[in-house]
Amino acid sequence: METVKLTIDNKEIEVPRGTTILKAAKELGIEIPTLCYMDLHDLNIENKPGGCRICVAEVQGRRNLAPTCSTKCEPGMVVKTHTARVLNARRTVMEFILSDHPKDCLICPKSGTCELQDMAHRLGIREIPGQEFAEMSTYRQDTSPSIIRELNKCIMCRRCEMMCNDVQTVGALSAFNRGFTAAVGPAFEQNLEYSSCTYCGQCVAVCPTGALTEVNHVPQVLKALNDPTKTVVVQTAPAVRAALGEEFGMEPGTLVTGKMTAALRALGFDYVFDTDFAADLTIMEEGTELLDRLSRHLKGDKSARIPILTSCCPGWVNFFEYYYPDMKDVPSTAKSPQQMFGAVAKSYFAEKIGINRKDMVVVSIMPCLAKKYECQRDEFSVDGNPDVDYSISTRELAAFIRQANIDIRNLHDEDFDSPLGESTGAGVIFGATGGVIEAACRTAYEIFTGKKLDRLDFTELRGMEGVRSATLDFNGTPIKIGIAHGLGNARKLLDDVKHGRSEFTAIEVMACPGGCIGGGGQPLHHGDSEIIKARAAAIYTEDRKKPLRKSHENPFIIKLYEEYLGKPGSEKSHHLLHTHYFDRKDKILVKK
Amino acid sequence: MSKITSLADLNKRREEMKTGLDIRTKALDPERIVQVKVSMATCGIASGAKTIMEFFLEHLDRRNVSAVVTQTGCMGYCYAEPTIEVKLPGQYPVVFGYVDLKRADQIIEKYIKTGELVDGIIPVNYQIIDLKE
Amino acid sequence: MSKYSMHLLVCGGTGCHAAESDAIVCNLRDELEAKVLTDKVQVIKTGCFGFCEKGPIVKVMPDNTFYVQVKPEDTQTIIDEHIIKGRKVTRLLFKDPSTKEAVSDSKHMDFYKKQMRIALRNCGFINPENIDEYIARDGYQALGKVLTEMTPDQVIREIKESGQRGRGGGGFSTGLKWELAKKSVSDEKYVVCNADEGDPGAFMDRSVLEGDPHSVLEAMAICGYCIGSSTGLIYIRAEYPLAIQRLKIAINQARENGLLGNNIFGTNFSFDISLKYGAGAFVCGEETALIHSMEGLRGEPTIKPPFPAESGYLGKPTNVNNVETFASIPAIILKGAKWYSSIGTEKSKGTKVFALAGKINNVGLIEVPMGTTLREVIFEIGGGIKNGKKFKGVQTGGPSGGCLTEKHLDTPIDFDNLIAAGSMMGSGAMIVLDEDDCMVSMAKFFLDFTVEESCGKCAPCRIGNKRLHELLGQICEGKGKIQDLDRLKNMSVVIKDTSLCGLGQSSPNPVLSMMENFRDEYLAHVTDKKCPAGQCKSLMKYIINAENCVGCTACARVCPVNAITGERKEVHLINQEICIKCGACYEKCKFDAIYIS
Repeated sequence: METVKLTIDNKEIEVPRGTTILKAAKELGIEIPTLCYMDLHDLNIENKPGGCRICVAEVQGRRNLAPTCSTKCEPGMVVKTHTARVLNARRTVMEFILSDHPKDCLICPKSGTCELQDMAHRLGIREIPGQEFAEMSTYRQDTSPSIIRELNKCIMCRRCEMMCNDVQTVGALSAFNRGFTAAVGPAFEQNLEYSSCTYCGQCVAVCPTGALTEVNHVPQVLKALNDPTKTVVVQTAPAVRAALGEEFGMEPGTLVTGKMTAALRALGFDYVFDTDFAADLTIMEEGTELLDRLSRHLKGDKSARIPILTSCCPGWVNFFEYYYPDMKDVPSTAKSPQQMFGAVAKSYFAEKIGINRKDMVVVSIMPCLAKKYECQRDEFSVDGNPDVDYSISTRELAAFIRQANIDIRNLHDEDFDSPLGESTGAGVIFGATGGVIEAACRTAYEIFTGKKLDRLDFTELRGMEGVRSATLDFNGTPIKIGIAHGLGNARKLLDDVKHGRSEFTAIEVMACPGGCIGGGGQPLHHGDSEIIKARAAAIYTEDRKKPLRKSHENPFIIKLYEEYLGKPGSEKSHHLLHTHYFDRKDKILVKK
Repeated sequence: MSKITSLADLNKRREEMKTGLDIRTKALDPERIVQVKVSMATCGIASGAKTIMEFFLEHLDRRNVSAVVTQTGCMGYCYAEPTIEVKLPGQYPVVFGYVDLKRADQIIEKYIKTGELVDGIIPVNYQIIDLKE
Repeated sequence: MSKYSMHLLVCGGTGCHAAESDAIVCNLRDELEAKVLTDKVQVIKTGCFGFCEKGPIVKVMPDNTFYVQVKPEDTQTIIDEHIIKGRKVTRLLFKDPSTKEAVSDSKHMDFYKKQMRIALRNCGFINPENIDEYIARDGYQALGKVLTEMTPDQVIREIKESGQRGRGGGGFSTGLKWELAKKSVSDEKYVVCNADEGDPGAFMDRSVLEGDPHSVLEAMAICGYCIGSSTGLIYIRAEYPLAIQRLKIAINQARENGLLGNNIFGTNFSFDISLKYGAGAFVCGEETALIHSMEGLRGEPTIKPPFPAESGYLGKPTNVNNVETFASIPAIILKGAKWYSSIGTEKSKGTKVFALAGKINNVGLIEVPMGTTLREVIFEIGGGIKNGKKFKGVQTGGPSGGCLTEKHLDTPIDFDNLIAAGSMMGSGAMIVLDEDDCMVSMAKFFLDFTVEESCGKCAPCRIGNKRLHELLGQICEGKGKIQDLDRLKNMSVVIKDTSLCGLGQSSPNPVLSMMENFRDEYLAHVTDKKCPAGQCKSLMKYIINAENCVGCTACARVCPVNAITGERKEVHLINQEICIKCGACYEKCKFDAIYIS
């Protein structure tokens, strides 16, 4: 590899050609501060518009200061990162940024996790000259079912825009206006609700300030918990347990399943269940549908469309309803685990404990913001009573736990309640990219071939590559699996399907990079992709530790079918566990 | 309109079109070509200056003399109308009086083409003062 | 062939167009028809003459008579007097501002005497909507010569040797730029003409496109031949409808004549040009922002490298040159690098077009050799300061440039001298300021523009300029402190030092240069709370001089806010708390009893 030699702060270094000054300095242990810059290198996601100008340094022979995040090292370069000129410039620019930022840090939802706040602290800003007559840019607040946009706090880092356009190819966000009034939002300054936003929440996940935050549903949950007429049931998604600990200072990748269960119980939930149970149920329904379609397809039935696409990700469902409505018969009709759980809880379980569904409140703890929107969809309610009443994110749960004076670190592990708390390893791995299809394969293989799997870890389906594929041998029948995480990657596979180029039998799509573990409702990774990788490792560890790792072996699932549903794909299953999709191409309104 | 497919085509077109711009291009640097001024005040016009002007315009062009013909006001030689002033490059202007078509022809052929003076020259009898000097 | 004995050139540039030059053309033609002179006298609508101050212009050829401020109703007089009787219409002639005498002939106008027109060679001379007139003026000869006699390398060498530097503001060597684009290897390359002229008060590119569009088309084709591109794009702001219309006509005519399209001049070189419209953002004059805008993206700059020569429009190598740069290329090819490099100064060759604006007599467009002094431009060509006022400064380079003063008047204008003097060439706008201009207000005025035009991408430009503007506002209102001058300077330096593109890197220039050159005036604002030029309303007071006041009550009656009290025939008084400083009383008083403090 070609290398270049340069000097940074009087230290010599040799780096591969194309390395930025920022990265070269980091190798020397020089931490140049950055604000708009973000690098999720394993996921191939980088944001470096060169907009904040905080990372500037002096490069000998150049007239102006150079943004180190986007200036490449050149042979013989002499860089100084902390001269008086650099420090003064950095401070002055920071004062500029702060002069146009609200000072309500004390009550800001981002307080404590705000990168701007951290930078102000790091640079030791103590006053903002001219603040008394400085005009502040103001925008109206926009609240959607999942996301709140408080653009007064936008610092134009453009990370959300990059996520929405380059990574997700959703195209809901872009810069509007210019100069002092520039900010990022939907076209024509529309509300997010009237844009093509899928509520994947990746914009929220990367926003350094309080400009993009989730809608907080904790107060409603608290109210339900304190309502003696309500039975409050909680379900927790697999990815939550792999990340919640981070909010309490634990190492990324620490599993807190037992502590989380204990905390939920301490919060007053009547039943602490697991979405993983519903994930197992999803495999039963989706797997059956897959096998049904596949066998009809193999028999030459033209109406049986292959590939089948997974449908557990609500961001992904929104995406194809907007962009591929003509293909809405391709994804599985199986509801997402969250909604399957709600439907079963408010029918089977409500009957079991003898209460009316109206007296039951189902709360879901999700790594996801799109789930907030999903549970509000009309088709997921009975007579106006939703199957899932409230969906709160991992971050909201953490805040709730803190507010309730619960010291989660010192809680003893507790188990989920029965029966909707019992799950297999297959349900757990739903939280990582490739997990749903791996879980499906474990079950589908055994049902299709009638043989027992001797190897449960389909490692060929795991990893962080944006688009992955593998061919599994189902006893002589090759099953081609495609996996995409991130909607931009999904778009590639979908375009192939649309144009008849796809060779896959089944495709798994998760809207968020990394899968649910990288969801928009998770603790903020602040641009560190190692955190996402650690969460994935935790998920697979939990899977390995489970005594049962195949959905169809979950005894409570078997019981559910025996007692209530009949068999997968039965009429009752269809009624409760399957859904249909809508053409929402025209819903992207341009509304005055 | 025919397409231009070679430099020769372009040159041909240029030559064809050049004359259309002559009046303007000559005016860019009148000192280098023949300037003919026709006195066209009431007395001049009454004596036939218009015909003379047209004659010069047509014949200078026809006889391939690069010249600029302009009209001017009364030169004060009302007794000798039509009068014209001819200025050859680098020379003092010469005024001719009683210019009829025959004399106009002579002026072109003799004075303009060869520099040989012809009858009818009116001696300049005044100086124009220059206020700035 | 025409037997016209006279040509009437009527300016059809945007300024004159707006001042009814179309009606003048119609009236002249009607009049000629009525007098049966249509076969004798031809009326031609041309591009800008540059002398916009006195438009609309009608020029009579061949005698070079230059009529100014012609109204449609003047046409009858021009035909009757000048055309028929041969008498110049004195009242329509240009009057020399210093001697007050009518100048009969444009050759004797100071405005034109010192000018040397290369880029503007055909402006105001040919009919821009007629390709034949361009061809008659040696149009497309350079392209023909290049295609049939020269290799791309020879052409590039010629351009390099001519020493031409980009006229858009950057001043980068044109030849070098072409060479870089040529060296990039790609299946597709683009030639882009930057016609996004955005400086307030600058209109040289517009005038070239309106007056001589073919010169730009020809040069773009030459560039295409050199760098290996077959596609030209002109990025032009939609606010230039006349230029767009003339370009469209020119492109069509060039295609019809085979001068654009396939196999030009029978060679295997093919080139075509299309237009891309901009929405008129100043920042889109920056080449990376321009390219993004052409791609349909937000008009924002990105960091260079990569330069457009490596990765430009649609990721392909792209050469971007400004209109004026292109317009000079055919002349350089035909007359040679030696000729071009003999004009100008050591490091700045050729001529430069400037747009004169502000407090100057001859507002308009001029083209002078590099090295002409500011004094020659302002006092000889520009006719000096309006109303006999005193010259105070000249802002060169538009709102991104600096303000030069008396001491710079004899500096020969070129790229490097202007930078050394704390300003810049920019695209060539010159805004002349007189003694009545307040240098704090002026700096604020120029920042108004940059604050408005910042794209908002980088923080120092987006917020810093706004803060600079606010602080200047405070100073104008008398709320400034002495320390604020240091803050102004620090903010300006940091904005320049840290901004992403040329807009932010130059936007504080007016503040810095005005503070440097007029420090006393800034001090007066912050320490004495006074505006020496009397422009800052908050810092002035209207006061009634008791000795002169006769108590006529006229001032009290005209005051819109009832700030003046006083009985009839008694001395009046202005309540400073209420006074809005509109100046109505001052205008009204017949007894000189009101003065400004």
